Amino acid sequence: MSHLLREYAPITEAGWGLLDSDARERLTPALAARKLVDFAGPRGWSYSATNLGRTELVSDAPDGIEATRRRVLPIVEARAPFSVARSELADADRGAEDVDLGELDDAAQRIAVAENAAVFHGWDGAGIAGIAEATTHDPIPLGEDCERYPRHVAMAVDALRGVGIDGPYGLALGPDVHTRVLETSQHGGYPLLEHLREILGGPLVWAPGVEGAVVVSVGGGHFLFDSGEDLSIGYASHDADAVQLYLEESLSFRIATPEAAVALTP
Amino acid sequence: MGFDQYHEPAAELPDETRTFARLCASLTEEAEAIGWYEQRMAVEPDREARAIMRDAQGEEFKHFSMDLEFLLRRSPLWREIGEGILFTDGDIVEHGEEAEEEATEDEASRGAPLSGGESLGIGGLRGGAS
Repeated sequence: MSHLLREYAPITEAGWGLLDSDARERLTPALAARKLVDFAGPRGWSYSATNLGRTELVSDAPDGIEATRRRVLPIVEARAPFSVARSELADADRGAEDVDLGELDDAAQRIAVAENAAVFHGWDGAGIAGIAEATTHDPIPLGEDCERYPRHVAMAVDALRGVGIDGPYGLALGPDVHTRVLETSQHGGYPLLEHLREILGGPLVWAPGVEGAVVVSVGGGHFLFDSGEDLSIGYASHDADAVQLYLEESLSFRIATPEAAVALTP
Repeated sequence: MGFDQYHEPAAELPDETRTFARLCASLTEEAEAIGWYEQRMAVEPDREARAIMRDAQGEEFKHFSMDLEFLLRRSPLWREIGEGILFTDGDIVEHGEEAEEEATEDEASRGAPLSGGESLGIGGLRGGAS
């Protein structure tokens, strides 16, 4: 049995299938960072740190000894608790199609937002620097005039090319900006989305947890997501009415090429 | 039409195992098709016909690769062994032995089962975005 303790939960195999499938369905559209950065792993729950290949001096080494200590980036465990009513699970086993998994859906959204926010804006306490904060390029203000978005995105792409960062380029769009882009057609009715895609040569992704937008090179080798345990559902406890579960993952994220991104601020 | 991708009674298999088995069957079919096109091209004297077969074989390469990537995402141990072998230079058998040994030792040391896995199998999503 793994640390997820799924076998202890009063949930049938079909019930687990339903929960896993619903979680996968809710998470996949929202996991924007994974659509743009390098993903390594999963390496398992016992994986504890990412090798940085760097050392720091140990100052109090014995006489005649030179000592260095390896620097590593610790893996962070992120967990989003939720509960499911046992009556809903029983109905699912009877074949109900409209099972209420609202709390699972909320938890999926929370952990996807947390993952995206960590990658794009950083997570200080977890030792994760975000792409938008680490970039060496000046941010480009987006504003609310969508007609000007192609110009801003083209400026960002030019800035990346200018420092030798090759494409294709991708664009993470915060929810507000994404909505505006979808709603907008330019003169002649050409969708703004398509225009931006042509400038980038890569994907545009809906990115809950992102403020504004971020243009990144998706050429690989720049932004490194290291997965210990990939997103999984585990069991915490239960009573007569509900089962307490959680969505969990362990991860680290580091930036190899800070200049491979440009932040577009709201 | 057959259902012989299942070695065990289908009704007793969980949904994810059935999906996994379907993709394994699909992977096999794509590999067979690649081999068939290779043979046809070897004996076909017409250049235009060979070009069409080459194009069709390219489709099978794509399908095979997508099937394989799906299966690797759903099977962490398979993925870990694959990472030690695929897209490397040097002795393939040597890499295979090393990758298997390292992966199974890692799994055993953390008390994990040597197949399957309980994660949602989402993994990296680059390449699938719009």
